[in-house]
Formats: sequence, structure tokens, C-alpha cells
Amino acid sequence: MTASTPTASVIRPKRVLPGFGLTMGLTLTYVGIIILLPIIALVLKGAEVGPLRFLEIASAPRTLAALKLTISAAAMASVLCAVYGLLMAWVLVRYDFPGKRLLDALIDIPFALPTAVAGLTLSALFAGNGWYGAVLEPQGIKVVYTIWGVTIAMAFTSIPFVVRTVQPVLEDLDPQYEQAAATLGAFPFTAFRRIVFPAIFPAFVVGISLSFARSLGEFGAVVFIAGNLPMETEIASLLAVIRLEEYDYNGAAVIALTLLILALVLLAASNLLQARAMRYKGKRQ
Amino acid sequence: MKTRILAAALGLGLALPAMAQDSILNVSYDVSRELFTEVNPAFAKVWKDATGKDVTIEQSHAGSSKQARAILEGLPADVVTFNQVTDIDVLAAGGLLDADWRKAFPNEASPYYSLPAFLVRKDNPKGIKDWDDLVRADVKVVFPNPKTSGNARYTYLAAYAYALDKNAGDATKAQEFVKALFANVPVFDTGGRAATTTFAEKDIGDVLITFEAETGGIAKEYADKGFVRVTPSLSLLAEFPVAVVTENARKKGTEEVSKAYLEFLYSPEGQRILARHFYRVNDPAVKAETAADFPDVKLVTVEEVFGGWDKIKAEHLAEGGILDTLFVNQ
Amino acid sequence: MSSPLPLSPTHTAAPGQGRLIPRLLIAAALLSSLLLVVIPLAYIFYRAFAAGWAAFAANILEPNTLHAVWLTVLVALVVVPVNVAFGIAAAWLVARFRFPGRGALLTLIEIPFSISPIIAGICYLLLYGRQGLLGPWLAAHDLQILFALPGIVLVTLFVTSPFVMREVLPLMQAQGSDQEEAAVTLGASGWQVFRRVTLPNIRWALLYGAILCSARAVGEFGGVSIVSGSIRGQTNTLPLQIELLFNDLNIAGAFAAASTLTLIALLALVAKVVLERRR
Repeated sequence: MTASTPTASVIRPKRVLPGFGLTMGLTLTYVGIIILLPIIALVLKGAEVGPLRFLEIASAPRTLAALKLTISAAAMASVLCAVYGLLMAWVLVRYDFPGKRLLDALIDIPFALPTAVAGLTLSALFAGNGWYGAVLEPQGIKVVYTIWGVTIAMAFTSIPFVVRTVQPVLEDLDPQYEQAAATLGAFPFTAFRRIVFPAIFPAFVVGISLSFARSLGEFGAVVFIAGNLPMETEIASLLAVIRLEEYDYNGAAVIALTLLILALVLLAASNLLQARAMRYKGKRQ
Repeated sequence: MKTRILAAALGLGLALPAMAQDSILNVSYDVSRELFTEVNPAFAKVWKDATGKDVTIEQSHAGSSKQARAILEGLPADVVTFNQVTDIDVLAAGGLLDADWRKAFPNEASPYYSLPAFLVRKDNPKGIKDWDDLVRADVKVVFPNPKTSGNARYTYLAAYAYALDKNAGDATKAQEFVKALFANVPVFDTGGRAATTTFAEKDIGDVLITFEAETGGIAKEYADKGFVRVTPSLSLLAEFPVAVVTENARKKGTEEVSKAYLEFLYSPEGQRILARHFYRVNDPAVKAETAADFPDVKLVTVEEVFGGWDKIKAEHLAEGGILDTLFVNQ
Repeated sequence: MSSPLPLSPTHTAAPGQGRLIPRLLIAAALLSSLLLVVIPLAYIFYRAFAAGWAAFAANILEPNTLHAVWLTVLVALVVVPVNVAFGIAAAWLVARFRFPGRGALLTLIEIPFSISPIIAGICYLLLYGRQGLLGPWLAAHDLQILFALPGIVLVTLFVTSPFVMREVLPLMQAQGSDQEEAAVTLGASGWQVFRRVTLPNIRWALLYGAILCSARAVGEFGGVSIVSGSIRGQTNTLPLQIELLFNDLNIAGAFAAASTLTLIALLALVAKVVLERRR
């Protein structure tokens, strides 16, 4: 993404290059077997119940509560990631300080760390007898088994997105504009709001939407810390698993399908945003 | 296609070494981990002495219903040791074993039994003695999700049976009681063991309700925390049915060793191991030896109070049944 | 995702503003990272080694945990090369050719990235389970897919399939196909073009994608938990083993296994940082 050549050539429609048949064949076979076929199985199972029952399951109180919890926790997690990500990107690009490279490398840990490990660790840290819980609970802040636990697990696993999307754009942005604005007497915050923020905004939104999508789908980290209180701290993907364990295959398929559709909508929106962001970048060059 | 062939080849690669020696898979409920860790080597020795052959027993543990579903989907279990008759019935309905599996072993194919009992914190600070104490406003109760855990289903039924007994069979009062109990539960884990860790590791709740066997095991495991076992005045007899999954065992040629494995649970040696893990057994000699570990309790059965599992399934556990109305709309 | 530029010119804070704001911001960044990332990381090792080295070694060398390590590595060894090959093929196809349905194909490839692995697990269960679409056929031919290595591999393939392509595609698009077309005009075969022209250009992105793919494959939990059957010492991968040990009330063992996975993750990160410097 960063190693860009000065002229991104337009790809010509004529097929001079070989390998169309081969790569098309390979890609379609693989996508067909690994991705499409299992999803078809899900769609068939979900469709089995008919549209009326589908809606009935998808809008049952417990399903709605689970969806609501998942979406609101994911939204809060995205806000956390947005604030933290913006701060980190800014600090890493604009300032020099000892340990900067290490800090930069540390940001990616939540991507590399298995989610089950993250869940195990966070739940131990935030439990009433853990390092964080011992400080927070006497203040009346309970994290484990509440929506805050869900939020923190989601936020942890999607920390890097905003940092990593905003950082390169900020690097491309010459600080001389801010300096000029400062020389002209603008307050630092005004300079940020007027000059920096519009430039990084598309990337910022892409990062947030990626965090949100990831948070919606997060399972491993959340189940360790969330508890299972139906209607209160039960995330949608866990409810799908519970339905499965109750032999309610259609119910599980309907919930899974609802999540899939939600993810697809988000994916489409994020691709649209990304395309617009690219266009913006193209114009600047 | 390529990946399918690759996958099949890998599958064979995995299956072959397992077939080379006698090996059976025992698919079990969640909290029987420590039990079978001790049972399996003991049986392997008995089997070796009797036949000269080595046998390894693989274990898989999770909620009983989850395990039954996995077997239906193809988990190659040779034997099941469950805590719920209905979960084996499901396998019979799926054609994996005979419908009259309860005749295959003595005592309705149930080599041991237990009951929902309580475990409370050191010195029992809240003074919890019986079911009535659990619906007090100042008491937090921990047990798993009755929709996914057989263990919790017994807890639900035992509480219900107690309230029926106390209110002279008034179902409305019994349901109110159970609802009040559910309202005191801060977290419903999916399996029995997860509930145990919630109570013992994360220090949540004043009382854990689980099988008496688990309360005994945990009290021993966490001796430094000084948990106290409490046996309620009335509880529900929980059967632990076993069966050979004949369809799988026939295919793998392990019927004989599977049957011997389950029979071992009925032998004095097997019963002694069971009693050591705080399961109640029927062998008279072992019973007499270990009587001190098992306080007297009035035990009612599923048949007496609820008219059998089929009725429970239809009235209580079905979608929209009594359990759903009490559990979800709290 | 994308990497910081190699040694961007040092930016200094705008002059004449004092040093208070930068210092505050740096302090906030360091403190929040400490709380969010460093302490949790340190905590894993703290718990793993709380009972000393000997206990740690005993926990790691426990046969079932060792088997889980081996199984996890095996799954990654199968999954990563397959997805590298797929990633190259798909990126080549999408970057170098225009064809109807290209956008739809791209979206399809990205699906695994944006859905919960749990959904992946459920999909595979509904497809390969004994009661699933292909179940009867598989049972008739005595093929065990679920609750065995093939099922674990397939779900991991699904979950990690977009990683390599996502890294390689933007690079191939940005570089354009001029060089490759020139090579073809000069008479090079397709394979030669790929090996001599394309591969050197994309190798770092490819390696980076492979690292991300491995990290994800090693850590996959949700999807695998549905299709593994958690047979001890047989179909338990390391992340599942962590949950199992935790539920076995062996918390030190769980953290010991977790520290192994954390170490793998840290190694992947170091590899990534080294790669970025060479790029």
C-alpha cells in the first residue's frame, strides 16, 4: 500500500499477459470449495424456515437483545479504538521520543495474539481479584460479565485498525501546512481541525469501519469475559452457538445468516469508502 | 477437488495410526474430567491383564447436549458417558444405537448417580442450608445455562421439585420460586466446569450449585479456599447413563472393548474410583466403605415428580416451554 | 495493515508552541499503550511462570499440550502454502485482467475477513456434518471430515484465505503490468514472467501476507472450536487446549500454553518489523 510508484498505470482491457485461464480456474475452484459452498449450505439451512419464520427468529426478544448488545458494544469499542488510534497515529508520526519504534511494533500485537489468549488474559486481569479488577471494583466499576467487558475485549482485538489506516496518510501530509497555520496565529487545535483532520478523514473512517466489522465478529476474546446472561451479556455469535447446542439448527442458521448479511453490508460500505478515499488520494497526487 | 482429495488423504493419515492399536473414544459430559483421568489407566490395566492387548482411551469433554450433537454430526465416539438420559435418546433417534439401550447394562445403564448440591464459601458466611436460602435477596447463586448444560437442567428440576414438595404441588408457586432463583444468578456459563471456575477462580457468587460429585472434587482441589459442601434437605436423583455407540463401534471393530470399558464402571474397582470422586454408587461393599462422604438426603426421581423425561422435554424444555418463560423473561 | 514509511523525515512540533502539548500527548499514548497492550502481555508470562521454570516446563511438556502444539503447527504448514498459492493466483487474476463479475469475486474473497469465525464453523458443520448437505455422501464413503484434521484445516483455510491476497493485490495494482507486458513481448513464457518479474516485485508483500496468515492460522479459535470435537491429544489445537486447561482448573497450564502462542505471535511481529526495514 505504501510502496507506490509515481504513475499507477491504467490496466488495459486487452489480455497481453498469460495466465488468465489458469488463475481464473484456480481462484474459482478454491473460492467455490472453500468459501462459497459452505456459505450456500448456511443459506439453504436459513432459507428452509421460510421468510416469515426467519423474521420471527431474527426478531425474537433474545435474538434482538443479542444483536443490540453486539452492535452497541462494537460501536463503543470502535469509539475507543478511534480515540486511541488517532492519538497513536499522531504521536508516532509527528513526534520523536525514546521507545518510539518499539511502541510502533507493539500496536500490532492484538492482531498477532490469538483471541482466546486475549480473552483469557483480559478476563483474569479484570476479574474482581485481578490486577485491574482489584482497582476498579472498589470504585463500583464492574467490567467482567458486563457490557464493558464485551466492549473492552472487542476494542482490544481491533486496536490496530485505525492506527494503521491513519498513519500512512498522516505521514504523507507535510507538516509545513500546520506550521504555516501556526505562524499565522492559529491555535494548534484549529490547525488540526482545519488542515489535518479533513486530509485524514477518509482513512479514519475506513479504520473505524474495519474496527466495527471486526468487533461484530469477535468471539474468542469476548466469550471468556462476557458471561452468558441471556438478554444482557450474550453476543449474537454466542447465541448462534447456543442454538446449535440446543439442536436448533434453523435458529442457529438464521442468526448466523443475519450476522453474515450485516457483515456484507458493512463490507460493501467500507469498500465504497475505501474507493472514495483512493480517489481523494489520487487527486492529491 | 484438489483440496478435497488432500483433505481425504490427510484424514486417512490421521485415522491409520489410531486404528493400529485398540483405541476407543469416550465422549463425556463436562465435569467428569478428573474422574476418567483415573478410570482410564485402571481399565487399560484390567484389559491388558485379561486380553494381553493394549488399549488407549481418548477423552472429549463438554456439555452433554453439545456432545450428543457433535456425535450426531460425526464425532466418532465409541462410548458415551453422559449425565442425561435424553441426550442418549437423541443418539438412538439418530440411528446410532438401539432404542432399548437402557437394557444393555445393569441398573438401567446407569453405573452411578449424583444429585445437585451446594458449595459455599469458607465458613458459610451467608448461612446457606437449603433451597430457601438461595432466593434471598442477599445471595448470589452460580450454576450453568440450563438450555445447554445437563448439569444445570438437574438444578432447575431439583429446585422445581423442592418447591412443589414445599407448596403441596402448587405449580404456580413452584415456578415463582424457580424464577426467583434464576434472578439471583449473575452469570450463566455454557458448561458445568465453566460455572465452577466462575465461582472458584473468579470469586463470583455465594453458592455454586452443581453435582455433589463436583462439589466434593472442588472442595478438595481448592482446599486452601476452604469451600464448604452443603447438602440440601431434598434433591433430585441424577442418573449418569452410559452406552456403546454401536454404529461407530461396529465400524471401528471396537464393540468388545467398549462394552468391557463400560462394564468396568460397575466392577468393585470401578465403583471405588467413582466413590473417590464423590459419585454415589450401588455396590453394597463400596457403599459401606464410603458412607461418611455421602450425607443422607431425601432423593426424588424424575419419574416420581415429573412423570419421566419425555414429559419434561415436552412441558419444560421445549421451545417456549416452562423453562423458557422463567429463564428468558427475568 | 500498511507499514510506516522507512524512516520518514523527522517531524518536529510546530515551533513557538512550547513543549507541553506534545509531552502530554506522548505521555497519554505511552500510558494507554502500557495499560492496553504491555501489561496484558506481561501478565501472560507472569502467570505462566508464577510457579517457576520447572512447573512451566512440566506444563508445556505435558503430552496433550505438546500434541496440541504439533497439531497447530501442522495445520499452519498445510494452510499457509495453500493460501499463499491462492493469494497469488487471485491477485494476479484481479490485478491483471478485467472480466465480468470481478467486483463480486473480490467481495466473495473478502467475506471471511469480515464475518465471525463462528459463522464459518457453522457453515462447515451444515455442509460436512453427518446431517449436513454432503453428510450422507461422506458417511457412505467413510470419509471423516469434521472432528478430524481435514475439518480443522478446511475451517482455518476459510478464515485465513484473504490475508495474502489483501497484501499482494494493492501492490500489484500500484505497480501496473508494464514490465510484465514488456517481458511477454520479448518472448518470455508465463512462468518466466512470474518468476523473474512479478515475484521479485511482490516478494515482501507476499511474505508479509504469509506472516499475517500464519499468525491467524495458529490462533484460530471460534471456527475450529465448532468442528474440532475437542478430543484430547487428537483434535485439540493450541488455542482450544488453552480453554480446555482453563476448564480443567489448570490455570497455570492454560497460561503456559497461552505464553507459547504469545511467543509465536511476538516472533511473527519481529519478522514483520525486520521485513519492513528491508523493504
